[in-house]
Amino acid sequence: MIALKSAREIETMRRSGKITVAVLTELMAAVRPGITTRELDAMAEAGIRSRGGVPTFLGYNGFTGSICASVNEEVVHGIPGSRVLADGDLLSIDIGTTLDGYVSDTAVTVAVGTISQPAQDLLDVTQACLMAGIGAMRPGGRVGDIGAAVQAHAEKHGYGVVRELVGHGVGRAMHEEPQVPNYGKVGTGAELRTGLVLAIEPMITQGHHSTRTLKDGWTVVTADGKLAAHFEHTIAMTDEGPKILTLREVGEHPDARRYRPKEEVRV
Amino acid sequence: MARRRGGRRPDRAKKRSERAAASATPKEEAIEVEGTIVEPLPNAMFRVELANGHKVLAHVSGKIRMNFIRILPGDRVLVELSPYDLTHGRITYRYK
Repeated sequence: MIALKSAREIETMRRSGKITVAVLTELMAAVRPGITTRELDAMAEAGIRSRGGVPTFLGYNGFTGSICASVNEEVVHGIPGSRVLADGDLLSIDIGTTLDGYVSDTAVTVAVGTISQPAQDLLDVTQACLMAGIGAMRPGGRVGDIGAAVQAHAEKHGYGVVRELVGHGVGRAMHEEPQVPNYGKVGTGAELRTGLVLAIEPMITQGHHSTRTLKDGWTVVTADGKLAAHFEHTIAMTDEGPKILTLREVGEHPDARRYRPKEEVRV
Repeated sequence: MARRRGGRRPDRAKKRSERAAASATPKEEAIEVEGTIVEPLPNAMFRVELANGHKVLAHVSGKIRMNFIRILPGDRVLVELSPYDLTHGRITYRYK
Protein backbone atom coordinates (compact mmCIF):
# COMPACT_ATOMS: atom_id res chain seq x y z
CA MET A 1 0.00 0.00 0.00
CA ILE A 2 1.29 3.42 -0.90
CA ALA A 3 0.67 6.05 1.78
CA LEU A 4 0.25 9.57 0.37
CA LYS A 5 1.22 12.39 2.70
CA SER A 6 -0.77 15.46 3.66
CA ALA A 7 0.71 18.95 3.41
CA ARG A 8 1.29 18.90 7.16
CA GLU A 9 3.14 15.59 6.98
CA ILE A 10 5.32 16.86 4.17
CA GLU A 11 6.10 19.95 6.23
CA THR A 12 7.26 17.70 9.09
CA MET A 13 9.41 15.76 6.66
CA ARG A 14 10.89 19.02 5.40
CA ARG A 15 11.87 19.95 8.95
CA SER A 16 13.31 16.46 9.37
CA GLY A 17 15.20 17.00 6.11
CA LYS A 18 16.65 20.26 7.41
CA ILE A 19 18.28 18.42 10.29
CA THR A 20 19.60 15.71 8.01
CA VAL A 21 21.04 18.28 5.63
CA ALA A 22 22.63 20.38 8.39
CA VAL A 23 24.39 17.32 9.79
CA LEU A 24 25.38 16.00 6.38
CA THR A 25 26.89 19.39 5.53
CA GLU A 26 29.03 19.18 8.68
CA LEU A 27 30.14 15.68 7.76
CA MET A 28 31.06 16.71 4.22
CA ALA A 29 33.24 19.47 5.64
CA ALA A 30 34.91 17.02 8.05
CA VAL A 31 35.85 14.46 5.41
CA ARG A 32 39.63 14.44 4.96
CA PRO A 33 42.41 11.87 4.63
CA GLY A 34 43.15 10.32 8.03
CA ILE A 35 39.68 10.47 9.57
CA THR A 36 37.89 7.19 10.31
CA THR A 37 34.34 6.45 9.28
CA ARG A 38 33.55 5.81 12.94
CA GLU A 39 34.49 9.41 13.81
CA LEU A 40 32.14 10.66 11.11
CA ASP A 41 29.42 8.38 12.46
CA ALA A 42 29.85 9.75 15.98
CA MET A 43 29.60 13.31 14.63
CA ALA A 44 26.44 12.35 12.78
CA GLU A 45 24.71 10.84 15.78
CA ALA A 46 25.63 13.77 18.02
CA GLY A 47 24.58 16.28 15.35
CA ILE A 48 21.19 14.66 14.77
CA ARG A 49 20.40 14.25 18.45
CA SER A 50 21.48 17.77 19.37
CA ARG A 51 18.96 19.07 16.84
CA GLY A 52 16.15 17.03 18.33
CA GLY A 53 16.08 14.19 15.82
CA VAL A 54 16.74 10.49 16.05
CA PRO A 55 19.22 8.72 13.73
CA THR A 56 16.96 6.57 11.57
CA PHE A 57 19.61 4.07 10.54
CA LEU A 58 20.84 3.27 14.06
CA GLY A 59 19.36 -0.08 14.98
CA TYR A 60 17.52 -0.49 11.68
CA ASN A 61 17.50 -4.27 11.20
CA GLY A 62 20.44 -4.26 13.60
CA PHE A 63 22.55 -1.68 11.74
CA THR A 64 25.16 -0.29 14.10
CA GLY A 65 25.75 3.14 12.60
CA SER A 66 23.88 6.41 12.23
CA ILE A 67 25.27 6.75 8.71
CA CYS A 68 26.26 4.34 5.98
CA ALA A 69 29.86 5.06 4.99
CA SER A 70 30.76 3.29 1.76
CA VAL A 71 34.26 3.69 0.34
CA ASN A 72 35.36 3.23 -3.29
CA GLU A 73 34.04 -0.13 -4.57
CA GLU A 74 31.52 -0.24 -1.72
CA VAL A 75 28.21 0.79 -3.25
CA VAL A 76 26.05 1.32 -0.17
CA HIS A 77 25.42 0.19 3.42
CA GLY A 78 29.06 0.36 4.53
CA ILE A 79 29.20 0.05 8.31
CA PRO A 80 31.13 2.87 10.01
CA GLY A 81 34.26 1.48 11.63
CA SER A 82 37.97 1.83 12.06
CA ARG A 83 38.69 2.30 8.35
CA VAL A 84 40.90 5.33 7.84
CA LEU A 85 40.03 7.39 4.77
CA ALA A 86 42.92 7.87 2.38
CA ASP A 87 43.67 10.58 -0.15
CA GLY A 88 41.93 9.68 -3.41
CA ASP A 89 39.10 7.65 -1.84
CA LEU A 90 35.48 8.07 -2.81
CA LEU A 91 33.19 8.19 0.22
CA SER A 92 29.44 7.79 0.07
CA ILE A 93 27.68 9.14 3.16
CA ASP A 94 24.07 8.07 3.53
CA ILE A 95 22.15 9.57 6.43
CA GLY A 96 18.61 9.66 7.74
CA THR A 97 16.76 11.45 10.53
CA THR A 98 13.47 10.68 12.20
CA LEU A 99 11.74 13.79 13.54
CA ASP A 100 8.29 13.67 15.13
CA GLY A 101 7.81 10.27 13.54
CA TYR A 102 8.79 11.22 10.00
CA VAL A 103 11.91 10.18 8.15
CA SER A 104 14.16 12.06 5.75
CA ASP A 105 16.84 10.14 3.89
CA THR A 106 19.67 11.54 1.75
CA ALA A 107 23.13 10.63 0.52
CA VAL A 108 26.11 12.14 -1.26
CA THR A 109 29.37 10.78 -2.53
CA VAL A 110 32.37 13.01 -1.90
CA ALA A 111 36.05 13.02 -2.76
CA VAL A 112 38.58 12.43 0.01
CA GLY A 113 41.47 14.76 -0.81
CA THR A 114 42.26 14.70 -4.50
CA ILE A 115 40.63 12.12 -6.73
CA SER A 116 41.33 10.98 -10.27
CA GLN A 117 39.49 12.45 -13.23
CA PRO A 118 37.61 9.18 -13.98
CA ALA A 119 36.41 9.11 -10.35
CA GLN A 120 35.28 12.75 -10.60
CA ASP A 121 33.42 11.94 -13.81
CA LEU A 122 31.60 9.11 -12.05
CA LEU A 123 30.54 11.49 -9.26
CA ASP A 124 29.32 14.11 -11.69
CA VAL A 125 27.34 11.65 -13.78
CA THR A 126 25.76 10.00 -10.74
CA GLN A 127 24.65 13.35 -9.37
CA ALA A 128 23.28 14.25 -12.80
CA CYS A 129 21.45 10.90 -12.82
CA LEU A 130 19.68 11.90 -9.62
CA MET A 131 18.68 15.21 -11.20
CA ALA A 132 17.49 13.39 -14.32
CA GLY A 133 15.34 11.15 -12.13
CA ILE A 134 13.83 14.11 -10.28
CA GLY A 135 13.34 15.96 -13.55
CA ALA A 136 11.29 13.03 -14.85
CA MET A 137 8.74 13.40 -12.02
CA ARG A 138 5.50 14.84 -13.24
CA PRO A 139 2.04 14.78 -11.67
CA GLY A 140 0.32 11.81 -13.28
CA GLY A 141 3.62 10.30 -14.41
CA ARG A 142 4.84 6.90 -13.31
CA VAL A 143 7.58 5.54 -11.10
CA GLY A 144 9.06 3.87 -14.18
CA ASP A 145 9.67 7.32 -15.72
CA ILE A 146 12.21 8.01 -12.96
CA GLY A 147 14.12 4.78 -13.45
CA ALA A 148 14.13 5.16 -17.21
CA ALA A 149 15.62 8.66 -16.97
CA VAL A 150 18.30 7.60 -14.50
CA GLN A 151 19.22 4.53 -16.54
CA ALA A 152 19.37 6.43 -19.82
CA HIS A 153 21.73 9.04 -18.39
CA ALA A 154 24.03 6.51 -16.74
CA GLU A 155 24.25 4.15 -19.67
CA LYS A 156 24.87 7.02 -22.07
CA HIS A 157 28.17 7.45 -20.23
CA GLY A 158 28.92 3.73 -20.24
CA TYR A 159 28.24 3.22 -16.53
CA GLY A 160 26.33 0.42 -14.81
CA VAL A 161 23.06 0.85 -12.91
CA VAL A 162 22.82 -1.31 -9.77
CA ARG A 163 19.71 -3.52 -9.86
CA GLU A 164 19.70 -5.24 -6.49
CA LEU A 165 19.01 -2.05 -4.58
CA VAL A 166 16.31 0.49 -5.19
CA GLY A 167 14.91 3.76 -3.96
CA HIS A 168 11.73 3.70 -1.94
CA GLY A 169 8.78 5.55 -0.54
CA VAL A 170 9.58 7.49 2.65
CA GLY A 171 7.35 8.64 5.46
CA ARG A 172 6.65 7.21 8.86
CA ALA A 173 9.01 4.38 7.97
CA MET A 174 12.28 4.66 6.10
CA HIS A 175 11.28 2.04 3.57
CA GLU A 176 7.72 2.34 2.34
CA GLU A 177 6.04 1.38 -0.89
CA PRO A 178 6.63 1.83 -3.75
CA GLN A 179 10.05 0.56 -4.72
CA VAL A 180 11.83 3.01 -7.02
CA PRO A 181 14.32 1.17 -9.24
CA ASN A 182 16.99 3.15 -11.06
CA TYR A 183 16.11 1.38 -14.27
CA GLY A 184 12.84 0.77 -16.01
CA LYS A 185 10.42 1.77 -18.70
CA VAL A 186 8.55 5.02 -19.17
CA GLY A 187 4.87 4.75 -18.32
CA THR A 188 5.14 1.72 -16.03
CA GLY A 189 4.76 1.40 -12.28
CA ALA A 190 2.81 3.34 -9.69
CA GLU A 191 1.34 6.75 -10.51
CA LEU A 192 3.16 9.81 -9.16
CA ARG A 193 0.37 11.51 -7.26
CA THR A 194 0.45 14.62 -5.16
CA GLY A 195 1.50 13.64 -1.66
CA LEU A 196 3.78 10.83 -2.74
CA VAL A 197 7.20 11.12 -1.10
CA LEU A 198 10.07 9.13 -2.56
CA ALA A 199 13.74 8.59 -1.93
CA ILE A 200 15.40 8.44 -5.32
CA GLU A 201 18.91 7.07 -5.08
CA PRO A 202 20.89 6.14 -8.16
CA MET A 203 23.77 3.77 -7.43
CA ILE A 204 26.08 3.94 -10.42
CA THR A 205 29.14 1.82 -11.14
CA GLN A 206 32.20 2.36 -13.28
CA GLY A 207 32.16 -1.24 -14.47
CA HIS A 208 29.46 -3.88 -14.58
CA HIS A 209 26.36 -3.30 -12.48
CA SER A 210 26.45 -6.62 -10.61
CA THR A 211 27.12 -6.49 -6.89
CA ARG A 212 27.65 -8.79 -3.95
CA THR A 213 27.18 -8.40 -0.21
CA LEU A 214 30.10 -8.86 2.17
CA LYS A 215 30.02 -11.33 5.05
CA ASP A 216 29.04 -8.57 7.46
CA GLY A 217 25.59 -8.88 5.92
CA TRP A 218 25.41 -5.19 4.99
CA THR A 219 28.19 -3.81 2.85
CA VAL A 220 27.32 -4.04 -0.84
CA VAL A 221 30.33 -3.94 -3.17
CA THR A 222 30.69 -4.04 -6.92
CA ALA A 223 31.36 -7.59 -8.10
CA ASP A 224 34.23 -6.43 -10.30
CA GLY A 225 35.78 -4.20 -7.63
CA LYS A 226 35.38 -1.00 -9.66
CA LEU A 227 34.26 2.29 -8.18
CA ALA A 228 30.66 3.09 -7.35
CA ALA A 229 28.88 6.34 -6.50
CA HIS A 230 25.57 7.03 -4.81
CA PHE A 231 23.45 10.17 -4.46
CA GLU A 232 20.03 10.35 -2.85
CA HIS A 233 17.31 12.86 -2.08
CA THR A 234 13.95 12.69 -0.36
CA ILE A 235 11.47 14.25 -2.78
CA ALA A 236 7.81 15.14 -2.35
CA MET A 237 5.45 15.21 -5.30
CA THR A 238 3.33 18.35 -5.06
CA ASP A 239 0.84 20.16 -7.28
CA GLU A 240 3.76 22.36 -8.36
CA GLY A 241 5.95 19.40 -9.24
CA PRO A 242 8.67 17.64 -7.29
CA LYS A 243 10.21 19.35 -4.25
CA ILE A 244 13.51 18.21 -2.73
CA LEU A 245 13.07 17.96 1.05
CA THR A 246 16.80 17.38 1.58
CA LEU A 247 18.23 20.20 -0.56
CA ARG A 248 21.73 21.29 0.53
CA GLU A 249 23.37 24.69 0.23
CA VAL A 250 26.74 23.16 -0.64
CA GLY A 251 27.80 20.54 -3.12
CA GLU A 252 24.43 20.57 -4.79
CA HIS A 253 23.77 20.17 -8.49
CA PRO A 254 23.08 23.57 -10.14
CA ASP A 255 19.65 22.42 -11.33
CA ALA A 256 18.57 21.30 -7.87
CA ARG A 257 17.45 24.72 -6.66
CA ARG A 258 14.57 24.57 -9.10
CA TYR A 259 13.04 21.99 -6.81
CA ARG A 260 13.43 23.96 -3.60
CA PRO A 261 10.32 23.63 -1.42
CA LYS A 262 8.58 26.75 -0.21
CA GLU A 263 9.59 27.89 3.21
CA GLU A 264 7.03 27.18 5.85
CA VAL A 265 4.45 29.86 6.44
CA ARG A 266 4.81 31.07 9.98
CA VAL A 267 1.51 31.94 11.62
CA MET B 1 19.58 3.96 2.93
CA ALA B 2 18.92 1.92 -0.17
CA ARG B 3 16.25 -0.71 0.00
CA ARG B 4 16.92 -4.27 -1.02
CA ARG B 5 14.82 -5.03 -4.04
CA GLY B 6 11.96 -7.45 -3.85
CA GLY B 7 11.80 -8.42 -0.19
CA ARG B 8 8.05 -7.95 0.07
CA ARG B 9 6.95 -10.63 -2.38
CA PRO B 10 3.79 -12.11 -0.88
CA ASP B 11 3.50 -15.83 -0.19
CA ARG B 12 0.98 -16.42 -2.89
CA ALA B 13 3.44 -15.22 -5.50
CA LYS B 14 5.73 -18.11 -4.64
CA LYS B 15 6.30 -20.64 -7.33
CA ARG B 16 4.24 -23.80 -7.13
CA SER B 17 7.37 -25.87 -6.55
CA GLU B 18 8.42 -23.71 -3.60
CA ARG B 19 4.99 -24.01 -2.10
CA ALA B 20 5.02 -27.79 -2.47
CA ALA B 21 8.38 -27.93 -0.78
CA ALA B 22 7.12 -25.73 2.01
CA SER B 23 4.16 -27.97 2.75
CA ALA B 24 6.29 -31.11 2.62
CA THR B 25 8.65 -29.74 5.25
CA PRO B 26 6.77 -27.26 7.39
CA LYS B 27 8.75 -24.19 8.31
CA GLU B 28 10.30 -24.67 11.69
CA GLU B 29 9.25 -21.25 12.91
CA ALA B 30 5.51 -21.89 12.84
CA ILE B 31 3.98 -23.28 16.01
CA GLU B 32 1.32 -25.88 15.33
CA VAL B 33 -1.52 -26.15 17.81
CA GLU B 34 -4.86 -27.93 17.83
CA GLY B 35 -7.98 -25.93 18.43
CA THR B 36 -11.73 -25.74 18.10
CA ILE B 37 -13.66 -23.28 15.98
CA VAL B 38 -15.66 -20.89 18.16
CA GLU B 39 -17.29 -18.61 15.62
CA PRO B 40 -17.04 -17.87 11.92
CA LEU B 41 -16.10 -14.32 10.95
CA PRO B 42 -16.23 -12.55 7.59
CA ASN B 43 -13.53 -13.07 4.97
CA ALA B 44 -12.91 -16.71 5.81
CA MET B 45 -11.63 -15.83 9.25
CA PHE B 46 -12.48 -17.77 12.38
CA ARG B 47 -12.18 -17.35 16.09
CA VAL B 48 -10.42 -20.47 17.31
CA GLU B 49 -10.05 -21.68 20.87
CA LEU B 50 -6.73 -23.41 21.19
CA ALA B 51 -5.98 -26.48 23.27
CA ASN B 52 -4.23 -24.24 25.76
CA GLY B 53 -7.35 -22.11 26.23
CA HIS B 54 -6.19 -19.07 24.23
CA LYS B 55 -8.53 -17.63 21.66
CA VAL B 56 -6.93 -16.52 18.41
CA LEU B 57 -8.05 -15.11 15.09
CA ALA B 58 -7.25 -17.55 12.31
CA HIS B 59 -7.66 -17.46 8.57
CA VAL B 60 -7.94 -20.43 6.29
CA SER B 61 -4.81 -21.51 4.47
CA GLY B 62 -4.79 -21.35 0.69
CA LYS B 63 -4.63 -25.10 0.34
CA ILE B 64 -7.79 -25.63 2.35
CA ARG B 65 -9.53 -22.87 0.48
CA MET B 66 -8.63 -24.35 -2.89
CA ASN B 67 -10.22 -27.64 -1.93
CA PHE B 68 -13.47 -26.07 -0.70
CA ILE B 69 -13.28 -27.60 2.73
CA ARG B 70 -16.13 -26.25 4.79
CA ILE B 71 -15.21 -25.27 8.28
CA LEU B 72 -18.00 -24.96 10.84
CA PRO B 73 -18.15 -23.95 14.49
CA GLY B 74 -17.19 -26.89 16.65
CA ASP B 75 -14.76 -28.39 14.14
CA ARG B 76 -11.39 -29.41 15.46
CA VAL B 77 -8.60 -27.85 13.41
CA LEU B 78 -4.84 -27.59 13.28
CA VAL B 79 -3.66 -23.98 13.53
CA GLU B 80 -0.22 -22.62 12.68
CA LEU B 81 0.86 -19.66 14.78
CA SER B 82 3.67 -17.29 14.01
CA PRO B 83 6.06 -17.02 16.94
CA TYR B 84 6.03 -13.26 16.40
CA ASP B 85 2.29 -12.78 16.73
CA LEU B 86 0.55 -15.36 18.81
CA THR B 87 -2.87 -13.82 18.36
CA HIS B 88 -3.21 -14.67 14.67
CA GLY B 89 -3.02 -18.06 13.06
CA ARG B 90 -3.59 -20.03 9.92
CA ILE B 91 -5.86 -23.04 9.77
CA THR B 92 -3.95 -25.74 7.93
CA TYR B 93 -6.03 -28.83 8.58
CA ARG B 94 -9.56 -29.78 9.58
CA TYR B 95 -9.88 -33.05 11.43
CA LYS B 96 -12.61 -35.34 10.21
